[in-house]
Amino acid sequence: MSNIVIKVENVSKLYRLGEVGTGTLSHDLNRWWAKMLGKEDPTMKVGMVNDRTQKAVGNDYVWALRDVSFDVKQGEVLGIIGRNGAGKSTLLKILSRTTPPTEGTIKAKGRIASLLEVGTGFHPELTGRENIFQNGAILGMTRREITRKFDEIVDFAGVAKYIDTPVKRYSSGMYVRLAFAVAAHLEPEILIVDEVLAVGDAEFQKKCLGKMKDVSMNEGRTVLFVSHNLAAVKTLCDRSVLLSQGTVKEIGQTNHIVTQYVKLNAEHLKRRISYTNEAEAPGNDKIKIISAEVHPDIISVDDDIKVTFDILNKTPHKNFKVAFDLVNANEQIVFSTAADISIATNGTGKAQCHIPANFLNDDIYSVWFYMFTNEMMPLLLLKELLSFEVVDKGRDYAYLGKINGVVRPILKWETTK
Amino acid sequence: MKETNEEWTIVIKPHAGLFDIDFREILQYRDLLMIFIRRDLIGLYKQTLLGPLWFFIQPILTTIVYVVVYGGIMQQTTDNKPQILFYLSGIVLWNYFSDCLIATSNTFITNAAIFGKVYFPRVILPLSKVISNLLKMFIQLLLLVVAYIVFLILHKYTFQVNLYILTLPLLVVIMANLGLGLGMIVTSLTTKYRDLQNLIVFGVQLLMFAAPIIYPLSKFEHTRFHIFFVLNPVTAVVETFRASVLGGPVDLKMLGYSFTVSLVLLIVGFLIFNKVERSFIDTV
Repeated sequence: MSNIVIKVENVSKLYRLGEVGTGTLSHDLNRWWAKMLGKEDPTMKVGMVNDRTQKAVGNDYVWALRDVSFDVKQGEVLGIIGRNGAGKSTLLKILSRTTPPTEGTIKAKGRIASLLEVGTGFHPELTGRENIFQNGAILGMTRREITRKFDEIVDFAGVAKYIDTPVKRYSSGMYVRLAFAVAAHLEPEILIVDEVLAVGDAEFQKKCLGKMKDVSMNEGRTVLFVSHNLAAVKTLCDRSVLLSQGTVKEIGQTNHIVTQYVKLNAEHLKRRISYTNEAEAPGNDKIKIISAEVHPDIISVDDDIKVTFDILNKTPHKNFKVAFDLVNANEQIVFSTAADISIATNGTGKAQCHIPANFLNDDIYSVWFYMFTNEMMPLLLLKELLSFEVVDKGRDYAYLGKINGVVRPILKWETTK
Repeated sequence: MKETNEEWTIVIKPHAGLFDIDFREILQYRDLLMIFIRRDLIGLYKQTLLGPLWFFIQPILTTIVYVVVYGGIMQQTTDNKPQILFYLSGIVLWNYFSDCLIATSNTFITNAAIFGKVYFPRVILPLSKVISNLLKMFIQLLLLVVAYIVFLILHKYTFQVNLYILTLPLLVVIMANLGLGLGMIVTSLTTKYRDLQNLIVFGVQLLMFAAPIIYPLSKFEHTRFHIFFVLNPVTAVVETFRASVLGGPVDLKMLGYSFTVSLVLLIVGFLIFNKVERSFIDTV
């Protein structure tokens, strides 16, 4: 029988858009009047789902979360993923009790400590030592408990030398290390971690991950882990929640959820185009692209990628050069590639390019398509004909941050003593 | 699997009831209270040249200003009491009230950053201000004792301290209630309506002029201003304290009124604060 330590039941959160402070008095009076008449709160009715791409029309309220329900078992590391604006931060804020839900309840067993931001609740003027005590006390620990754990915390953070220096003089790395060390050692039954791994070096990340695993597996404590970093989520969490536009899209095994998340992201990308009507197809009066696609549907760093174009030739020429630039999210051209192709006039031809596995880094890419005659006379240029995402997969080793580089090839190494 | 509600240690609900105050939780966080009090006291003189001496310098300077301006230039009466003792006794108690009020009235605004990130019973912060200022006031009372002794020896002043001095704890409680209660009301309202923040310093000043700090209540006995002094709950506290150390009549009925008003303000402040603390981060 699994032991549920957090029960989130139909939690919703309504936010007011625009500048708070203007017209609040009239809104308050409006609400109060409706209440007196026994009507529904007039401001609650007009709320809509949270979709940032849509402009708020005619109302100032938005549901940042809508009917979110899930359970967390004891000792579980639960991942929470979702695009920006999906409601992750709002959910965490409610869980850490800095803002109340508009509807629904959350029940929890034990103390909740949250690491929502670097140095949560740290006071810059206080020394590291004073901050450990203050932070611990804020998280609900007694002085005795903190004293008992003090040396361990300092040791873990590796800031022994600076412990009597005000934390405002700390480097950001030291700051995070101390913050994480306090939260992880103060034995909250439930620990909420948000994107904290984005900072800190590989050595410290390894320590954090080890500690988080340790905390959940050996001490039976529960961790909620919120991150954009899919590799970290895959490595740490058995189960994950996918949030989208303020609602729970799916809950399940992390691998499956990450796949769903990538699919959700892919909806915003043009991974496949296909036209039955020639007139609508992209191109010009010389060359048309009838269809094009990137394969497979979900592309991991270690997947072979196939880029296919179906081309209609409306010129008298027969021999062409087909080419594309692969452009990453920073608008850098990763590479250009070209091939010869022969297509009969008014006929179609298929061109397929193979991009090997373990070559592209995780990023979002777009395909800029070119056609030339054999004499290098340009016929067609289509910017951003296709776009796709290459995602990182889980890793067994310590570092879970983004791996640097435009490409990520696996190269041959020879090492000698 | 049957679950009872007692199993859950934390229940997060949309709206707390008006009287839904978790006193046990406040008790659990008493170590945090101690840390905040220490921080407040040290923060008063951290990175200053004179350090803890500032506890004394401030009331001494104020007293000198009052003696020169009100006693000297404006020839205000002090009911035949030594000016220094008259002003100092008023200032020490008044400062406690106004320090508490001003310190607690910006609780939400100044701590918005930390409140937005981490949970603890918010009321800990105003409580810490009231207690740290209490310690400050006791230190300043020592100053009054020293001044009193100087007057006894150098000016052949007759010893006037009487049994009413036993009301001092009550007087301190009334001032604490008033400062904390009003402060919590103001800070709760400023989360939505910032206008109050600009008015508070002015308001405190106004309240001081309607209290017998720089002049004795007797001066206004038969004037149309008398009613303002009577309605001001601070009046009875200052008058009683002065009477207990410098001699004079004590009006216990007025003291009872002050206590009642202070208690009502404290309760109202506590309730409003408790209601606002949960959602203020969305409106601040």
